[in-house]
Amino acid sequence: MNKCDALIIGGSAGSLDVLLKVLPELNPALSFPIIIVVHRKHGADSLLPELLAGRTSLIVKEIDEKEPILAGTIYVAPSDYHTLIEKDRSFSLDCSEKINYSRPAIDATFQTAAEVYRDKLVCLLLSGSNADGVNGLISVKAWGGTTVIQDPQTAQVAYMPQQAANFAKIDYTLAIEAMAEFINLLS
Amino acid sequence: MNQELVVISDEQVEILLGDLLEYYGYDFTGYSKASIKRRILRLYGLDKQLSFAEFRYKINNDTAYFKRFVEQITVNVTEMFRDPGFFKTLRDTVLPKLGTYPLIRIWLAGCSTGEEAYSVSIILKELNLLHKSLIYATDINPAVLEKAGQGMFAMSQMKQYSENYIQSGGTKDFSSYYTANYSLAKFSDELKSRIIFSTHNLVSDHSFNEFQLILCRNVLIYFDRDLQHKVLSLFDESLEGLGYLALGSKETLDFSPLARNYKRVPGEKIWRKVS
Ligand SMILES: C[S@@+](CC[C@H](N)C(=O)[O-])C[C@H]1O[C@@H](n2cnc3c(N)ncnc32)[C@H](O)[C@@H]1O
Repeated sequence: MNKCDALIIGGSAGSLDVLLKVLPELNPALSFPIIIVVHRKHGADSLLPELLAGRTSLIVKEIDEKEPILAGTIYVAPSDYHTLIEKDRSFSLDCSEKINYSRPAIDATFQTAAEVYRDKLVCLLLSGSNADGVNGLISVKAWGGTTVIQDPQTAQVAYMPQQAANFAKIDYTLAIEAMAEFINLLS
Repeated sequence: MNQELVVISDEQVEILLGDLLEYYGYDFTGYSKASIKRRILRLYGLDKQLSFAEFRYKINNDTAYFKRFVEQITVNVTEMFRDPGFFKTLRDTVLPKLGTYPLIRIWLAGCSTGEEAYSVSIILKELNLLHKSLIYATDINPAVLEKAGQGMFAMSQMKQYSENYIQSGGTKDFSSYYTANYSLAKFSDELKSRIIFSTHNLVSDHSFNEFQLILCRNVLIYFDRDLQHKVLSLFDESLEGLGYLALGSKETLDFSPLARNYKRVPGEKIWRKVS
């Protein structure tokens, strides 16, 4: 696999538990950024970064608009905005229409990142009950990136990774226990 | 399913933006690229253009289509009492401070279809300040302003808006502000009576008055840093001493050299001009 310049993890229902299991096992000296886009309730804002920060010594922060994307940091997409990736490897936020009933939409981040990071992008889609992220994975593949899904059999809600498996070309299908090691080896 | 794979390259985006500037005087070159490209791709996908050349030709030669283009590439999503906590601070802290002025001038830049302007108007009315306030609500997009002037919003939104209103500290019966007309809620003329809707382009138009309060929420996120600085200077020029500047929940004055002349209202994206 190519050197990884960014890992983006998307998820919906049932994905938080996965993140809470995976984060503690991550190498604290990651050589790339991790961007987390998960659906959450309107207004439940600042809680998620805090919750995740408790599980890792990596810096965890909610994304600010126009913020440069740096290695070794875990970025969490804010609720009620789409997170887009700019050519100069910074974030833009956008409050346009929901996509797949979701804002943030995983598709929006996967798709804009696909063009920017190309073959140095890895996108991982976790448990969830809608098909957000599937089109994104198709774009990631089209731009030469690496697509990964949580093994639907290990997902609390299999629909999202299953849809991805049905419609996109998936490079790796991982059980929860295998994820941390996979990510650490991307460095 | 993979509509998004329809590709317009970055160079083609630059070409379109160059045309708009040259033929129509609309300058979108300082907008965040990822967002504007997405909007263009979306429109291109929606309208099933056959080729980029035809798309470009139509924008440059068909004024109706050019209008549609501007309407579609700006993001007009808005709601009443969006971020209720913000409106609570407006109600409890900011507007009472302005209550001592004989005339309160408010500029609401990037007002979209008007939901925010009517929200401010409701609070002013409840604080008994509406009669001596003037809200200048402006936007680049004439189509949204026309809608704003009608003061009619989807009935299906009212439950959400009413909840937002209550969370923002409202205590009245929200439905007393509108009359239901089939699927539309028409807001009272009194609320509209102190709002002036007009076009204003933040990129190219100048300051047109001095205000005690400027709101510009969820507009700067679409601009790159340079354009943000430029627009923030425009606001600074247009704001009286001790006036307030309110930005969207993810926007900030922090990176601007102007920040040192402002003091932030704790917990909110509101800054007071102190020098
Ligand atoms: C997402 S809406 C924000 C609406 C409202 N302020 C809110 O926060 O809910 C952004 C608005 O900014 C307007 N806008 C974009 N570029 C502009 C410009 N150069 N000058 C004035 N308004 C602009 C758009 O037309 C759109 O109506």
